Amino acid sequence: MRDFRSERVCRIPPSGIRKFFDIAQEMEDVISLGVGEPDYDTPWNVREAAIRSIEQGQTAYTSNSGLIELRNEIKKYLGESFGVSYNPKNEIIITTGASEALDIAIRAVVNPGDEVLVADPSYIAYCSNVILSEGVPVPVPCHEKDEFRLTPDSLMEHITPKSKVLLCNFPNNPSGGVMSKDDYKAISDIVVDHDLLLISDEIYSELTYEGEKVCAASVDSLFERTITINGFSKAYSMTGWRVGYVCAPEQLCSAMLKIHQYVMLSAPTTAQHAAVEALRNGADACREMVQEYKIRRNLFVKGLNRAGLKTHLPKGAFYAFPNVSDYNISDEEFAERLLKEHHVAVVPGNVFGPSGKGHIRCSYAVSREDLMTSVERIEEFLSYL
Amino acid sequence: MDDKDRMILTLLEGDCRIEAENLADMVDLTKEEVQKRIAVLEEDGVIKKYMACIDWEKAGEGIVAAIIELKVSPERDFGYDKIAERISRHRQVRSLRLISGAYDLELLVVAKNIHEIARFVAEQIAPLEQVRETGTILIMKTYKENGLEFFERKTGERLPYTF
Repeated sequence: MRDFRSERVCRIPPSGIRKFFDIAQEMEDVISLGVGEPDYDTPWNVREAAIRSIEQGQTAYTSNSGLIELRNEIKKYLGESFGVSYNPKNEIIITTGASEALDIAIRAVVNPGDEVLVADPSYIAYCSNVILSEGVPVPVPCHEKDEFRLTPDSLMEHITPKSKVLLCNFPNNPSGGVMSKDDYKAISDIVVDHDLLLISDEIYSELTYEGEKVCAASVDSLFERTITINGFSKAYSMTGWRVGYVCAPEQLCSAMLKIHQYVMLSAPTTAQHAAVEALRNGADACREMVQEYKIRRNLFVKGLNRAGLKTHLPKGAFYAFPNVSDYNISDEEFAERLLKEHHVAVVPGNVFGPSGKGHIRCSYAVSREDLMTSVERIEEFLSYL
Repeated sequence: MDDKDRMILTLLEGDCRIEAENLADMVDLTKEEVQKRIAVLEEDGVIKKYMACIDWEKAGEGIVAAIIELKVSPERDFGYDKIAERISRHRQVRSLRLISGAYDLELLVVAKNIHEIARFVAEQIAPLEQVRETGTILIMKTYKENGLEFFERKTGERLPYTF
């Protein structure tokens, strides 16, 4: 029999985390800092809105672009929060999570052989998505000394005549790095001069703890060449609902819509009704959760540093990204031994790209109690490492 | 009062036993700074007291609680203050508030049994000359107190690793 798998799918590397998953599943008292989602349940009013919509029989497809009420709310939110203006009629598509938004954005713009600059370290799906479009992912390192921001110098070094897209995610998973508006302005000339498209995944934008939250498209020169991705998973604890959105100028948006209408038709209707409620009446719940993440971040990062683990203060998202390069073992081994010997699950940084090497990603979207216990366990681990 | 004070208050309101070291980390101050701020908040009467939130039903103690609403005639120069302060002196009165709507004052009263509540209202509250009308509402079951749910609730499970 032939190997039926496509060459493209075979080029996607296997998940670097499978074995960790299996070990953790066996343990009873494991504290998992490996989670990439909030530990809160979705705010109750949002859940009620979803239940109500089901009761009222709102269970049919929506238009391909999504509920117009939701697109109107998104327009309002982006305008009020970031000063960015998208037309809800033809510049916003509701997607099945930010994941789908990322997929259709890349597929709509990448030709075989196009180079996609990826701010590194990055969310693990980025490179695989680029490979599926037969593009070439080019990691652009964001350094710890720059607080994991993308700098003009680093970007310049990796641009070639084949560069077409710059793919960024700030606040960043896994580093917690944040770009200010000035930071975006600093790279905007390069993006414009080299005629690049910016795909900006801003799923963690509400989780910005220092300075103002930023939308890259709010930089005037970037707007016409930016695809903005966002969603509800992180800000409103709605990971399982699978609802996000993508915004771009009309031409790009209708290109993405072509893919979206055939692969997804429309995002889950119930989730869209829930999302409307989240934007209309969810700001306080969001603010409370963000405040709590900030408290946990402070508690955890200070605890780690005191325990002897060098950890920069992340300005956004909900991950600490300690540097473990002083210990003469790889981040992979560090994570594996920490799990086996002290039952704390973290993700080795190398799975997020070359710049993640020598770090571990620890989610602090877990209870304060678990954070303090894991600091104790890590301290014990370091004492004989 | 600044943001740090507000954060300290919110944290203590949620859990007054957080240790000063941890509180200091959470709000990004030194332990000494936190202790000083708390002392000031205590002195100023912003922090009144540190108390436990107890589910007496679970403790197996038979106690009865009732909300008592009162229509009261305000007094010249004092408004509702004098009568409210007078009523609040009874040890059975757990909370007392001036409210809007049909009634003026709302009391939370705790007693050993329903007779004690009835006697308290009949003998101590109703006869007061400023009290024009009373309405007693028995509390049947507490589901939530001070923001804390008293019933078991499952939260959704999460996978140990997600990206």
